[in-house]
Amino acid sequence: MNTQEKKSWKEIPMAGVCWVPSTAYLTGDWRTYRPILDSEKCTRCMLCHIYCPDGAIAWKAETNEMVINYDYCKGCGICEVECPVDAISMKLEGEG
Amino acid sequence: MALEWKFTAKEIAEKPELFMSGHRACAGCAPATVHRLILKAVRGPTIATNSTGCMEVTSTIYPFTAWKIPWIHTAFENVAANASGIEAALKILKRKGKLKHEHVDVIALAGDGGTFDIGIQALSGAVERGHDFLYVLYDNEAYMNTGIQRSGGTPLGAWTTTSPAGKKIPGKPQLKKPIANIMVAHEMPYVATASPAYWIDLLKKARKGLEVEGPAFLHVIAPCPRGWRSDPSKSIEISRLAVETCVFPLWEAIDGEYNLSAPSKVIALRPERKKAMEEYLKTQGRFRHLFTPEFKHIIGKIQEVVDRRWQRLLKKCGMA
Amino acid sequence: MVLTTQKGPRAIALNGDEAVALAAKQCDVDVVAAYPITPQTIIVERFSEYVHDGEVDTEFICTESEHSALTCCLAAAAVGARTFTATASAGLALMHEILYVTSGCRAPVVMAVANRALSAPINIHCDHSDSMVERDSGWIQIYSENSQEAYDSIIQAFRIAEHQELSLPTMVGLDGFFLSHTLENVSVLPDETVRKFVGQRQIPLVKNHEGKFVPYKLDPENPITIGPLDLHDYYFEHKRQQEEAMRKALGIIRKVHDEYAEVSGRRYGNGLVDSYRLEDAELVTICLGSTAGTVKTVVDQLRAKGVKAGLLRIRTFRPLPVQEIIKALQHVKAIAVMDRSCSFGGSGGPVFHEIRHVLYDSNIHPHVVNYIYGLGGRDMSQLLVQKIYRDLARILETGKIDKSIKFIGLRE
Repeated sequence: MNTQEKKSWKEIPMAGVCWVPSTAYLTGDWRTYRPILDSEKCTRCMLCHIYCPDGAIAWKAETNEMVINYDYCKGCGICEVECPVDAISMKLEGEG
Repeated sequence: MALEWKFTAKEIAEKPELFMSGHRACAGCAPATVHRLILKAVRGPTIATNSTGCMEVTSTIYPFTAWKIPWIHTAFENVAANASGIEAALKILKRKGKLKHEHVDVIALAGDGGTFDIGIQALSGAVERGHDFLYVLYDNEAYMNTGIQRSGGTPLGAWTTTSPAGKKIPGKPQLKKPIANIMVAHEMPYVATASPAYWIDLLKKARKGLEVEGPAFLHVIAPCPRGWRSDPSKSIEISRLAVETCVFPLWEAIDGEYNLSAPSKVIALRPERKKAMEEYLKTQGRFRHLFTPEFKHIIGKIQEVVDRRWQRLLKKCGMA
Repeated sequence: MVLTTQKGPRAIALNGDEAVALAAKQCDVDVVAAYPITPQTIIVERFSEYVHDGEVDTEFICTESEHSALTCCLAAAAVGARTFTATASAGLALMHEILYVTSGCRAPVVMAVANRALSAPINIHCDHSDSMVERDSGWIQIYSENSQEAYDSIIQAFRIAEHQELSLPTMVGLDGFFLSHTLENVSVLPDETVRKFVGQRQIPLVKNHEGKFVPYKLDPENPITIGPLDLHDYYFEHKRQQEEAMRKALGIIRKVHDEYAEVSGRRYGNGLVDSYRLEDAELVTICLGSTAGTVKTVVDQLRAKGVKAGLLRIRTFRPLPVQEIIKALQHVKAIAVMDRSCSFGGSGGPVFHEIRHVLYDSNIHPHVVNYIYGLGGRDMSQLLVQKIYRDLARILETGKIDKSIKFIGLRE
């Protein structure tokens, strides 16, 4: 998922200027535990969004939903610990 | 200082992620949260610079970059000199009519190694010269990027790979350098401490640091699960406990005048709310060796240091 | 105050440091960051006066170290500013780390180095140990023969460093005390002429992480990331790019030198190497910097006696003008390479390494010997230069070299 064809020195920008946004690098496969969000319980307090080291939980204003982006979530579980209403639970990847 | 801006949770959630996803920091990395939050506090065009360290490395593994704003890294010991050069260039280019923007903020970010130790000379020089920039110290209390070696920011008793929990010497024998006080002694306009757990406090202080004219220094406690041997899910909780136990009190010094910030003020007013320091130590494997009959007395020493520093702080804040 | 607002050139008595400071001022530098060190200090003192008297609009950062001085210049250049610094000896050594970062970041910083010995024991006088250490740092290196050339080279250096195809930091050496502190009549150009010659800072385009081609500078409107972690998959490629830029620099240094000659009427050979009575020369010394003046005098004396003596001064040491060196030495039979620094435990001095190496694959194979001289400011007198030419004559006569690497001017 993160492989790229390597370019020659003639093709890349000079001085090591980065030419790919980190969002093109998916870190979701680092995860062992998967956060599952219970939208019913969720109060949209935003703490999971605020504390997530990976910016992997976003609030969609249009639908007033919290959305976990599993492409980036590394499964650290901070969101579960910090959720004041226990709306997030960590499940082992591949299980329920 | 005007505090017209508000940081409500939803406002923060709507702000763009200037520190983008896909960076390679470890799971549960509090410094990554700190970086995200600091960039949510910017007020306009901003240039950032990092010293060498975990966050520099994990955010810019070539050809990828997690930085949506212009960013530069040059070396380990010189991030404050980067900021000095950037600020000077912005100033002169503006004076010569070659800058598009009315104002561009400059943020320098560095870990404890890049601040307490190798970077203190450049930092002290930049502050003495009065460059207008915000310096953010994300303090994970050891050289984590090179594999957990002790720094001037490592606290007493902590295990690191160069202050091992030996049979004779149990962890780091020396105290943590009081870096924020050292910065206050520079008579700089703004110095503050912050913890990501108290995110509104953190954001407000970052914004104040940007708004103040001249140098500002923000010392942020930033737990590292790898180096602290702590549960990655507990990074924010630990950064809260550090405040609740007075291990890392929150305060700000505006023009040298110390003031406790709300989370610590509560404890100053109601000392019974101060949590037992062991609670904090127990969350981290780096202090595990201290919970033995042989080295239990070190915990007492740590408590002494914490209490002494807390009392001194209360005096400075006129709350003793 | 130096009056340079007049229309034509004017000769002024300046020492090398003052000449450098004046050149930097005339180039309308945006940011100067520096730290005092003998024998460079006069440069920053004079420049401070320009700033404090309002003669130049520059942000002058008096840093707390040379390490920070170069860092400030690098970072300011990354924002798009024209930058200048000056140092010597230990100061350059303290910058060592950032020299590589500056060239790696392709920041076109211009720096004057008042060449001085390295400690220990501490010595404030001239030799080339300081800048020779940095010959592999990715900086263009130009060595001046006199204060006039130091002045001219600083002006040229901005055009070279900031050239769109290069964006390479450039170092101009001037021998400590021999040039830095010695008064000389320097012909200076009017401010307007210099400004026109150097022009505005050029900034190349790069592709950023948003897929756009944007100016290579820290600009909130067109963000770029400079100085990432570059691993085994790309670091090598970036180093190859630097080498390519260095190769290109040979042509650009010549071109800028030619254009400057049109404006000033002054030439230093072809800008890369500077020959003196070399056309038919058989016995030749090769040197850098102010020693060339003494050698020229001796060459004239020898020529008067019918000895076919000549001099090749390497003006641009990095990039090394390999072809020009070979071309210049076509008729030469014996060469003395003069090194004002010592590569301890190596096979001769750094200039000697280069010259012998260059000749190995060439069509010519003259005798080549090395003289280490003048360390710590030891004078290189005419007598010593005469001895070198006598040695060369003997080598040519006998075809034998008793010792290929010698110290000269040293008490044995």
